[in-house]
Amino acid sequence: MSSQSQIDKKTIQKIASLAQLALTAKEEDLYTTQLGQILNYVSQLSEVNTENIEPMVTATEMLVTFREDEVKKMLTPDEVLSNAPERSGHLFKVPPVL
Amino acid sequence: MDYETIVGLEVHAQLLTNTKLFCACSTEFGVGDNENTCPICTAMPGALPVLNKRVVDFAILTGLALNCKIRSHNVFARKNYFYPDLPKGYQISQFEDPICVGGKLSFLNEGKEETIGITRIHMEEDAGKSTHHGTFSLINLNRSSVPLLEIVSEPDFRSPKQAAEYMRYLRSVLLYLGVCDGNMEEGNLRCDANVSVRKKGETKFGTRVEIKNINSFRFVEKAIEYEAGRQIDLIESGQKVSQETRLYDPDKNRTISMRSKEEAHDYRYFPDPDLLPISVDNQWVEKIKNMLPELPLEKLKRFMKEYNLPQYDSEILTDKKEMALYFEEVAKNSKNPKAASNWIMGDLLRILNEQKKDITQAPITARQLADLILNIDSAKISGKIAKTLFDELATGKHAGLSIDEIISKNNLAQVTDTKAIEVVIDKIMTANSGQVEQYRAGKEKVFGFFVGQVMKEMKGQGNPQIVNDLLKKKLKGGE
Repeated sequence: MSSQSQIDKKTIQKIASLAQLALTAKEEDLYTTQLGQILNYVSQLSEVNTENIEPMVTATEMLVTFREDEVKKMLTPDEVLSNAPERSGHLFKVPPVL
Repeated sequence: MDYETIVGLEVHAQLLTNTKLFCACSTEFGVGDNENTCPICTAMPGALPVLNKRVVDFAILTGLALNCKIRSHNVFARKNYFYPDLPKGYQISQFEDPICVGGKLSFLNEGKEETIGITRIHMEEDAGKSTHHGTFSLINLNRSSVPLLEIVSEPDFRSPKQAAEYMRYLRSVLLYLGVCDGNMEEGNLRCDANVSVRKKGETKFGTRVEIKNINSFRFVEKAIEYEAGRQIDLIESGQKVSQETRLYDPDKNRTISMRSKEEAHDYRYFPDPDLLPISVDNQWVEKIKNMLPELPLEKLKRFMKEYNLPQYDSEILTDKKEMALYFEEVAKNSKNPKAASNWIMGDLLRILNEQKKDITQAPITARQLADLILNIDSAKISGKIAKTLFDELATGKHAGLSIDEIISKNNLAQVTDTKAIEVVIDKIMTANSGQVEQYRAGKEKVFGFFVGQVMKEMKGQGNPQIVNDLLKKKLKGGE
């Protein structure tokens, strides 16, 4: 594959904003290079001819395991909230959203 | 210029399972804050989702009822966005491989049968609930990961009314199937509407606007109506409709902009690596097919044919399956479907309305109502007494008693004994000799007066036909 970059700075900025990350200009350059290299490496896969092959979702042929619809209680609300930085009663308290 | 309104609906139905989609937490409503939560639905690191089988059963059942193709290969996908009531930072949903595709649903709109296309039905998890308090927000994750079905229609609706009627019928179907309780106030059934307008004759669709979270049938109609009007005004004044998500405000009856599509809708779907593919084989589909009940529209058509009922009556009687069941029990036991329908549509619905009860809590059992009708039809009690008896039963004071017991206990049986009736007639004629003279002199109008007096004396229990016949005979002079 060519070493031409697979990703531009604009895309990096968009991904950062969707992931709610604030990047410095230096980081933007660094990640553009690094992510480009990763994509270049992975693109070796496109050398394989996949015509007429169904795309796979997972690497194995295994199917999902089901659970029967029976209630089991694992934790109390106090246990669930025990790691929360802030709480109010049995509710998680977070910075304002609206 | 004439415009055409184009609408497609996305309906979210909360499923009536005991547990959540990917964990064994209860789905019970109204419990304490974060009572129904665990490491999985609060997204603790390392917790893995395990699929609830009943959700797939319900999805297949709903798909079959809506004439969909059930796909054998199914995958869950992650829909990525940030919001504090979505603890994982993504919602597990289905994207490219929904479980049901390509269906259709027929329903009645102002008495006419109409059919619209169902694009897809997929399974997904609900988010939690957040409340906002200015300097902070509070999060309750009881709803997090509660299973939902999203039922997406084709853009086949051409009027707000049509969309609302579809929504009503779809709710009725979901209740028949027992997959959703249909409670719109609690948000267990809600819909988003995609609305666009185009000039009549145009074949291309206009720019569509999504209206979010409509939670009543009336609002479906009003929100679409308002939004179509807003779009037409924009076009008429030379402006463009922009693709966006809007929220319906029922208090002001208008829609307000939430966010523009471009910035918010980059969900970066990808197959969830925590969940393996689901295979739905024919055997599974066949098993569910056997559980498919008779659906409301089929039942309606059968009622019209089998019981010879008008369409309107059949529509009301089949709206809820419990109501249909009640009717059929009364109709079969009384052998008088027309009377059964009349009593239910009239007096019973009135009583239920007054007592704010639904049919499963009816104070009069189907058996009692059937017996009541049998007693009228065999002339044991009069229609008037039957009404009294019905209202008496409606008080709920006679629960557990049979109609026959109540009739004899309260001495309500109709009097058909001619001797007994003659005694009363003689008494009334003696007491009203003046009126007797008038009648015999040709003033036949006083006949009604005598009927009234006799019935009053007999507390309404005289058989009207016999009373009439005997009165005529005696008044005419035949002693």
